[in-house]
Amino acid sequence: MAKQYDAGVKEYRDTYWTPDYTVLETDILACFKITPQDGVPREEVAAAVAAESSTGTWTTVWTDLLTDLDHYKGRCYAIEDVPGDDTCFYAFVAYPIDLFEEGSVVNILTSLVGNVFGFKALRALRLEDIRFPIAYVMTCNGPPQGIQQERDILNKYGRPLLGCTIKPKLGLSAKNYGRACYEGLRGGLDFTKDDENVNSQPFMRWRARFDFVMEAIHKAEAETGERKGHYLNVTAPTCDEMMKRAEYAKELGAPIIMHDYLTGGLTANTGLAQWCQDNGMLLHIHRAMHAVLDRNPHHGIHFRVLAKVLRLSGGDHLHSGTVVGKLEGDRDATLGWIDIMRDSFIKEDRSRGIFFDQDWGSMPGVIPVASGGIHVWHMPALVAIFGDDSCLQFGGGTLGHPWGNAAGAAANRVAVEACVEARNMGVELEKEGKDILQKAASHSPELKIAMETWKEIKFEFDTVDKIDVAHK
Amino acid sequence: MSDVQDYGSNLSDAALSRKYETFSYLPALSTESTRAQIQYIVDKGWNPGIEHTEPENAISNYWYMWKLPLFGETNVDTILAELEACHKAHPDNHVRLLGFDNFAQSAGASMVIYRGVSV
Repeated sequence: MAKQYDAGVKEYRDTYWTPDYTVLETDILACFKITPQDGVPREEVAAAVAAESSTGTWTTVWTDLLTDLDHYKGRCYAIEDVPGDDTCFYAFVAYPIDLFEEGSVVNILTSLVGNVFGFKALRALRLEDIRFPIAYVMTCNGPPQGIQQERDILNKYGRPLLGCTIKPKLGLSAKNYGRACYEGLRGGLDFTKDDENVNSQPFMRWRARFDFVMEAIHKAEAETGERKGHYLNVTAPTCDEMMKRAEYAKELGAPIIMHDYLTGGLTANTGLAQWCQDNGMLLHIHRAMHAVLDRNPHHGIHFRVLAKVLRLSGGDHLHSGTVVGKLEGDRDATLGWIDIMRDSFIKEDRSRGIFFDQDWGSMPGVIPVASGGIHVWHMPALVAIFGDDSCLQFGGGTLGHPWGNAAGAAANRVAVEACVEARNMGVELEKEGKDILQKAASHSPELKIAMETWKEIKFEFDTVDKIDVAHK
Repeated sequence: MSDVQDYGSNLSDAALSRKYETFSYLPALSTESTRAQIQYIVDKGWNPGIEHTEPENAISNYWYMWKLPLFGETNVDTILAELEACHKAHPDNHVRLLGFDNFAQSAGASMVIYRGVSV
């Protein structure tokens, strides 16, 4: 029996609150943290979120009856308390896979974090997690090369990769910039890196930078006999300009380029990642702007969602926080999204903020990049936390060495190798870290002076965005 | 400025400058550490493999394979003996030990055990 048209405003929960719904393996699932306006019932506001992020609008429309809304609508199927916070609650929403274009994280985000975030019945809204079904994962291109392929391209096994962001961030000429890269690379780094806001400013146009940096790479490779790279940032005002820079990097033989995936945009990123896969290029991803989206515990998009989105859109490296450095990052939550970046199957684990099982199938992993305010004294903890499949980046911690970049790079390389050797021998890194470094410094004057230089620096501030746990 | 130490590496001095990846910035591994590194590879369930090369060709992907990877070998002494045999046959070459992870289809570990003579 067909439904009849009945104009007017209905309660959202009549249509979009379905506590008896059994989720399908192909559904895209989302967990929202909802802070409602006073007096709005939980079921109603949760149903409104499901409606506004899928098929619904504020009033009934006759065209609803021209389709099978039961097939297309998002549904809120569960509501839970947030441990330790009475102002908000979790709502779990299931979206049928047919709502979304294949291979488009752009399309999914436009629905899930679109208009709904400005909805008046909400005081605040945060997207905590998304479960991408394997059926959807298979439609996405993913990381251009993946972790194993990167190791084979670079010939680096059994240890974290070492990088360094060139500083000052802005203002160096291309030739001086290339010098800073060369010194770091010849001292033992695997990578140097453009900072996120290095694009093509008047003081250093992109093409001059690419030319000088590639000479630095080639000389350092000849000198050390090891393979090197520099993340050439191709982020640009337009996609055409971005691709022009990527093509030139390829022409020069650069092994890796870089993109700011949030400020540059996901459409640009997905296209660039596919190009990288087609052209044998590694892609380093910076997350500038993420803290605008992910730092407020009540509003925005959690970083674990942004990390999943990047893995689908495509990137071989992604900045993940350091746990120990100058930037925000709760340890358990960081370990959770590191697994999300690298592993092929991640189980639900609320203690690490993971709300759903996530199956990536055979989609390659992304290497987490620890960068920001770290130095040699952090090395034992970084190796213990991140393991081998990671990239540890010391900017100030390389360039600030009293004897210069090459010595700073050597200090970090000696430290990381000493930590890996000790770990393989069964030594507990975080407990014995000081002894390991001191022993290594006895044969490395570069490490010894680095340890004296940075001895006292710590960044001990409490984390703003923590895992939700009961505290009463 | 007198306190600043020069970082010596250059194109013309291979013995000083040329490296060969993991652990090449450390002194040669001690006997104790070598045994422990082999044990680490065995404990990970990886297959040990031995390769060697003239130091000047170390940057290439394909070093000379010594026999075949030691599939399923878990005895540290046996693996050490093979490393030594490879070194004896090629005393001037780098001899490296790899741990092949067949699930990742990549080496989980790779380290030069006998350091060759750079020219």
